[in-house]
Amino acid sequence: MGKTIAEKIFASHVVDKPSGDIHVIRLDGVFCHEITTPSAIVDLIERGKDRVFEPEKIKAVIDHVTPAKDSKTALQGKILREWSRRHKIRNFFDVGRNGVCHALFPEKGFVRPGYTIIMGDSHTCTYGAFGAFAAGVGTTDLEVGILKGVCAFKYPSTMRINITGVLPAGVFAKDVILSVIGRIGVNGATNQVIEFGGPVVEAMSMEARMTLCNMAIEAGATCGICEPDSTTVAYLWEFIADQYASESAALDAFSVHKPDADARYSSVLNHDVSSLVPMATYGYKPDEVKPVSEMDGTPVDQVYIGSCTNGRIEDLREAAKVLKGQNISDTVRAIVSPATPKVYATALEEGLIKIFTDAGCCVTNPTCGACLGMSNGVLAEGEVCASTTNRNFNGRMGKGGNVHLMSPATAAATAIAGHITAVRG
Amino acid sequence: MKTFNGRVLFLDRPDINTDEIIPAKYLTEISREALKPFLLEDLKLDGFDPATDIEKNNVIITRSNFGCGSSREHAPWALEANGINLVIAESFARIFRQNMFNCGMMALELPGDTIGRLFSQYSAEPAFAEADPDTGTITLSNNTQTEQIPFSISTFDRELITAGGWLNYADTKY
Repeated sequence: MGKTIAEKIFASHVVDKPSGDIHVIRLDGVFCHEITTPSAIVDLIERGKDRVFEPEKIKAVIDHVTPAKDSKTALQGKILREWSRRHKIRNFFDVGRNGVCHALFPEKGFVRPGYTIIMGDSHTCTYGAFGAFAAGVGTTDLEVGILKGVCAFKYPSTMRINITGVLPAGVFAKDVILSVIGRIGVNGATNQVIEFGGPVVEAMSMEARMTLCNMAIEAGATCGICEPDSTTVAYLWEFIADQYASESAALDAFSVHKPDADARYSSVLNHDVSSLVPMATYGYKPDEVKPVSEMDGTPVDQVYIGSCTNGRIEDLREAAKVLKGQNISDTVRAIVSPATPKVYATALEEGLIKIFTDAGCCVTNPTCGACLGMSNGVLAEGEVCASTTNRNFNGRMGKGGNVHLMSPATAAATAIAGHITAVRG
Repeated sequence: MKTFNGRVLFLDRPDINTDEIIPAKYLTEISREALKPFLLEDLKLDGFDPATDIEKNNVIITRSNFGCGSSREHAPWALEANGINLVIAESFARIFRQNMFNCGMMALELPGDTIGRLFSQYSAEPAFAEADPDTGTITLSNNTQTEQIPFSISTFDRELITAGGWLNYADTKY
């Protein structure tokens, strides 16, 4: 019987099957940020087990609240910083070099096909874009990962979603994933891996694939995962050139991480996007999705462009295309958070930052605090935000606030209009 | 091993997410006990008031996909800080369910029609529940009725409960 991508990764990483379908797997990466890791560090210290399994496999960043906004968040950063120094964790990204974890770590080449990665953050599923098995976990799983380099999972069944047809101009990976979640529901892939494939995914950049996999968790999936291909190799080439004779040699090596032709899936869904239009959420669940045109005119107070879903350079380019030479409405404020220092620098070089500031946007340092109402763009009671983030939960961006999820292009058009609207033409 | 019994809080809505269980603004707390006053603060549900409905209850019965969204283990910590070690639902989000057992707590799944019946038979007046991981039985009662409902959890989950969580389990074994 053939195997899916996730099944192949499990087969090559299993260290124990304690009972039933539980697989304890060896980890290639344990990634950490300042919100969920300090509790793990403090607990390990209290237990007299302040150790790490392999410093090179641990990466850490301060990204949710940066620079610190108060004493408590400063303490979280301090605990992570001192722990990284103490254990010689070379890849710790402090204020100034830090960015949104799920954009920064792939950009640094830390995510490779066939890897197993955990992080105390539900959007860890983003890394599946590289053909890795990557799952968000809680602090205890993270703690065991730090200490032992292993994590336990039920053997994953895989749902295959083929994105078929041709993606129309002005419609993006964000619209695709919103339409998928709208179709299968917030509980549609719980305890499963979603393997994304088909011609539309094959044609997507790594950035777009990351947007796609990022929101797999919003359908309950353990991980979203794409087949590694020449696009994956090209993205990673600067990090792997010394390991392979050529890009085609790397592609051959990565082909072991493709699913078998006779792989068994729990279900196969063909999702045709040829007639897809820009989508946005209404309500308080990410599966409450409809065409932006049906929400046209909905007033907003704030527009947010950024996050682990849509804060990468391609996202800023699409937003800048819409905002170029325009002014945002007097009735809204717009916040743009480039996801990493590299994204920021590139946006500066390309003139995107000037387009944003000329239009009246606030451009922040790389951080994701607004998405979950922690910093840099928290809503007041009763306010509405058009946002490129991933969750429209009640109060997510601030108590009593309401969030509509959408693509960067739609968010930019909304900022200009002062109400929800799609890009004209 | 923790205790798994108490008066039942019925939360009649599917997809209650971890932002509702404990809002992100409290994730700056390092101490688990500090989360206690904020449990379910952002849950908007007819007839539910966190100020009065949490203190007297030690078990939650709810609908499907409880604990979806963020991976924050602060959700089970906030439950435990309020003496709630047992949640019974039609289904759970994967990370939340794992976090519960990783903390030596119990997240038990019952079929949707059973959950529906428990809501109609028990939610109107004070009800009490107790789960025994050894016998795999939930005992549910109120002033007029008592019943036993079987549940199944894996051997692995039972071992996590006995060990007091995944760290203790993994530390001795790996």
